[in-house]
Amino acid sequence: MEVEHLWPIFFISLHAMVPITLAAIGETIEESAGLFNIGLEGMMLISALTGALGAEYTGSAVGGLLVGLSTGALLGLVFGVINTYWKGDQLITGVGINLLALGFVAFMLVNLGAPGFHIVPRDVQIKLIPLGVGAVSPLVFVTVAMAFVVYWLLHRTQLGIRIKAVGENPAAADVAGISVNAVRLGTAIAAGALIGLAGAYLSVDWFGAVTKEITAGRGFIALAIVVFSGLNPLLALLGGFIFGFFDGFATWVSTYPKIKEIIPWQFVAMAPYIVTLLVVAGAIGRVRFPKALGIPYLRE
Amino acid sequence: MHWAQALRKYLTPITESVLAGVIGLAIGAVIMLGYGYDPGAAYVSLFRGSFGSIFSWAESLANATPLILTALTFAIAMRGGLFNIGAEGQLYIGALAAVSVSLIHLPSPLHLIVALLAAMVAGMLWSLPVAILKLTRGVHEVISTIMFNWIAHFFAFYMIANVLTDPIRGEKTISIAETSRFARILPGSSLNYGIVVAVIAALLVLFLLWRTTAGFELRVAGHNPESAHYAGISRRKQVLRAFLIGGVLAGLAGAVQVMGRPPTYALVTGMSQVANLGFDGIAVAMIGRNHPIGIIFAAIFFGGLMVGGRIMQFSPGVPLELVRVIEGVIILALAVPELKRIFHFVRKRFSLRRQSHGS
Repeated sequence: MEVEHLWPIFFISLHAMVPITLAAIGETIEESAGLFNIGLEGMMLISALTGALGAEYTGSAVGGLLVGLSTGALLGLVFGVINTYWKGDQLITGVGINLLALGFVAFMLVNLGAPGFHIVPRDVQIKLIPLGVGAVSPLVFVTVAMAFVVYWLLHRTQLGIRIKAVGENPAAADVAGISVNAVRLGTAIAAGALIGLAGAYLSVDWFGAVTKEITAGRGFIALAIVVFSGLNPLLALLGGFIFGFFDGFATWVSTYPKIKEIIPWQFVAMAPYIVTLLVVAGAIGRVRFPKALGIPYLRE
Repeated sequence: MHWAQALRKYLTPITESVLAGVIGLAIGAVIMLGYGYDPGAAYVSLFRGSFGSIFSWAESLANATPLILTALTFAIAMRGGLFNIGAEGQLYIGALAAVSVSLIHLPSPLHLIVALLAAMVAGMLWSLPVAILKLTRGVHEVISTIMFNWIAHFFAFYMIANVLTDPIRGEKTISIAETSRFARILPGSSLNYGIVVAVIAALLVLFLLWRTTAGFELRVAGHNPESAHYAGISRRKQVLRAFLIGGVLAGLAGAVQVMGRPPTYALVTGMSQVANLGFDGIAVAMIGRNHPIGIIFAAIFFGGLMVGGRIMQFSPGVPLELVRVIEGVIILALAVPELKRIFHFVRKRFSLRRQSHGS
């Protein structure tokens, strides 16, 4: 195999890395504060739709990304309020968001006239940056930068310490004068914004279209990456690239005639999910999670 | 227990579920208004379409059948303190197993029984690695079940397109043999004797959970892991129990769907007749409060929404997908324990105001 055949896989991997990593970084922020959100799949899905519509409405790709980001933040607010001030059940809320997203996006796609499919016009999609051997989305750089920024934020700032205190021992944080619910709500909104950006990236940038299945389990893969990374955004970036590689590899193989004949595409498509299982199974044991993860805080 | 006491015990969860249902329908109405539909007309046609005639009742019950089973999968795990969202994948595998049995020829009742058994075993085997990964590697079941759902999804696509393909019509699998089908209860409708299997399964789960030691251990482990530990209840056993029984039930759900639903009696490309039944089952279980009897009623409600949603799509033209939006809102409403408090608060305010008006 020639080197020039490998470049496309590398670029597909980079592009596949973006949504998974952004969502994983978002989830890392809220899990550090003790919120376990399995609704990120649905949040990405809704943001993919609103991002696409936002891009068309504002006539700009960046506008679309911002609309997606705000949608995610709004859903993060809903998740946050339910699971802080209203003391809701985090897993059930997550399932509710996922179901709601499935229905809402399908409903909107029907309303837009084309059931199951909506294309984002080329001129409002994100322009790729040409790099000689291939073109790359600016969001790839945003993702890498975000991993470093969030790492710094969580591990090197006072805010980061507060977030982790709330996740580890909310009662002690409360006594120390930190408002547990406010911090958790803040992380839920910030996480939602990143998850929303990940969703909008899918439609406005990577695929250039919205379908009901556009997220294809990427939200849950992001959850798995959070486990793999042990709440470290830099490891999440690495994990995102590994999964991006298999995701990209599956896409690439399905269009490569010789391989297509040997391995059926369905088995190649399974690869990212099987790898996720293997990596998560291998990662656990060395990873420690916040003590209060998933538990609503009730002041005694 | 005194009957009034028993009633009161069940009244709270029932009120909560009904309240969540009302909130779901109300928000559905708001969305319809926002998109220029007439919610009144939509709901009238929805409920006429779902429960307005014997025929529509039959269709609603037919739609409820697999949901009862997938909801039981979720509920039995939830009773054991586990969050099993793997019914979706196990259901595909069960359906594939049931179709595979039609490759061989057997006499009438035996063929049906063998197909059901094959689906149960297949569903159970698909669920087994989830339990093993949890017990040996500590992998959270939310992650592993979703991954297995996707693997099952692509595996089913492969089997439909390459292995079990109908030699004449390539877009579907071979049809279930006549000897392996559930007979229809109401001619011309989709309702078939598969519902008997689902109801029996619900009653067996009810018996298992509240009348056997195994069920007691499972509930204790779910309700209070610490005391279960001190009582010497093996967590390992409970995890295996919850996932394996869950797998059996989900496999059965796939089987009754392909063996009982006319007209194709086969899996088609895209798996439209089984897709999402596992996820809808989660919602059914939550509305049914993870209680087998509650689940039967919640499944009929959901089955009705699915049938009525299709009618609603024709007459006022509201997209069927709105039904799933309503489902999502109902689940969100159920996730909030404060809702009940807010509800009481509002009611008190209203009754106070009424009193002050009266005086």
